[in-house]
Amino acid sequence: MNYNVDEKGYYGDFGGAFIPEMLYPNVEELRQKYLKVMAEPDFQKEFNQLLKDYVGRPSPLYFAKRLSEKYNTKIYLKREDLNHTGAHKINNTIGQILMAKRLGKTRIIAETGAGQHGVATATVCALMGLECIVYMGEIDIARQAPNVARMKMLGAKVVPALSGSRTLKDATNEAIRDWINNPVNTHYIIGSAIGPHPYPDMVTRFQSVISEEIKWQLMEHEGKENPDYVAACIGGGSNAAGTYYHFLHEEGVKIIAVEAAGLGVDSGESAATSVLGKEGIIHGCKTLLMQTNDGQITEPYSISAGLDYPGVGPMHAHLCKTGRAEFLSITDDEAMKAGLELCELEGIIPAIESSHALAIFKQKQFKPDDVIVMSLSGRGDKDLQNYIDYFKI
Amino acid sequence: MNRINQKLQEDKKLLSIYFTAGYPNLDDTVKIIQDLEKNGVDLIEIGLPFSDPLADGPTIQDSSTQALKNGMTTEVLFNQLKDVRQSVNIPLIIMGYFNPMLQYGVEDFCKKCQEIGIDGLIIPDLPVDVYHEEYQSTFEKYGLINVFLITPQTSGERIRYIDSVSNGFIYMVSSASTTGAKTGFGDEQTQYFERIDSLNLSNPQIVGFGISNNDTFTQATKYAKGAIIGSAFVKHVTNEGIETIDSFVKNILD
Repeated sequence: MNYNVDEKGYYGDFGGAFIPEMLYPNVEELRQKYLKVMAEPDFQKEFNQLLKDYVGRPSPLYFAKRLSEKYNTKIYLKREDLNHTGAHKINNTIGQILMAKRLGKTRIIAETGAGQHGVATATVCALMGLECIVYMGEIDIARQAPNVARMKMLGAKVVPALSGSRTLKDATNEAIRDWINNPVNTHYIIGSAIGPHPYPDMVTRFQSVISEEIKWQLMEHEGKENPDYVAACIGGGSNAAGTYYHFLHEEGVKIIAVEAAGLGVDSGESAATSVLGKEGIIHGCKTLLMQTNDGQITEPYSISAGLDYPGVGPMHAHLCKTGRAEFLSITDDEAMKAGLELCELEGIIPAIESSHALAIFKQKQFKPDDVIVMSLSGRGDKDLQNYIDYFKI
Repeated sequence: MNRINQKLQEDKKLLSIYFTAGYPNLDDTVKIIQDLEKNGVDLIEIGLPFSDPLADGPTIQDSSTQALKNGMTTEVLFNQLKDVRQSVNIPLIIMGYFNPMLQYGVEDFCKKCQEIGIDGLIIPDLPVDVYHEEYQSTFEKYGLINVFLITPQTSGERIRYIDSVSNGFIYMVSSASTTGAKTGFGDEQTQYFERIDSLNLSNPQIVGFGISNNDTFTQATKYAKGAIIGSAFVKHVTNEGIETIDSFVKNILD
């Protein structure tokens, strides 16, 4: 079984490029050039240099001793939260801004949910001196105020998405519409492993530095490259894609994907796409998505803005359908408690997105000698107000 | 012969009107179609509303959202249209995004269209190569013409390819934009219209996006076979209701 993208842009039944003709020249240019550009020695050199000196990579692989003791297993946290800007998102934006420059683009647009991708995009635009416009749902602007302020300080224009559920899905719609209206000078930096081919593969490759590092770091810790499990939270699925990438074809490594159940999978207020979704088309790709019988995309819900998305990336849809990955769903409440537990046991305040992954230890039993590598995709600074309100701190 | 091909043979410039089915009221669909035909419209695009219309600007987005709130679904639309051919003779095209058709089942959707007397489809997010490989034979089996878009950025080579796959007309998007974003034409559009005209394509072209009145209709049809009005009509219906369709059409054609 192949879990990577094929030459036509599909992961099994999922993927492709279902885009209006207006976007074809841009997407086609990217499709023809992305692998070539990424393979150029000077691109590689600049990308790796920036990841090292600017982002602060490699991010540590930290053995969470007290957490491991509590759940009687061996838990390693891949500390993407320690990256510059506070999450894994910057790995991709560094890669894409270098891509945009080589394609001669001068204007950058992005969508954002939690604001982490927006901040990471605003950051690299400041770094490269390019104009930056970030689309963000009106609801998310309200619940992620610190990140909105960061983007503005970094010189980005933050445009509220006022349609639909006014969250990540609608911000993505608005970014795509902007791209249709500005086809020549603009590059769209998609933040997740979604969108028309080649975006899911390009984003995955830029994020794959996560699993590349895990391999040699785990060798140092455990004397072996492969853990028993890799686990990550999934909204669109970019941190998960990067965490899984180099383990996709390692049979001994089990893959766990953690979705947001919101108020409960059957509550009508959920974002658990693997359970609630069906095959369909969203934002230019065929994947699993939450929709009505009539094919209208439904409004997801999660306390975490970064997981509040009605689809998953096409690679994850394929991992789900083939059974390569085990999908678990975690409610708001379980995630918030797991986040607080990590604060108390390890002195790390996680992003609410990452807290969803951390909550699986209450749901799934691991063996004492199992080695689990979990992506701690982001830090909790941006969620402080949510934690304060939730726990009445 | 398909009604679209017949219409394209007429020696006149064609006016095509888009409206969102189920808007402003759920049951306005057939009355709007009848009024448009009565007032001299040549072709009608019936918009099947979608929750996330990526290629559309705020006017058509809002009308789609309202239509869905009103209860419009694929099934409801087909029911509303089931007797439409008893009173309407001009070509009818359903314009919608691909996901609702995919969920209905592409073959079932096409079959239903044929039963009703729908002549063609416009599906902005179904790319020509996917259509060609996976769906063309199904569309043709049910006598449906699929209409593709080209834009000022579409390469000559790709236009030739689209022309070769088309069997009705080519929907020529006047400028790089979502629907309703721009009105009027400048030098850039004129050059684009001339360039496409000089390609001598086998399918006639109908221009859409940016047409809202007699002036822009005349400019657009100087080179092309016809023009499509969407957002301007939806705006008219929003502001004036559906009782004054005659004056809207008159303003375009006179």
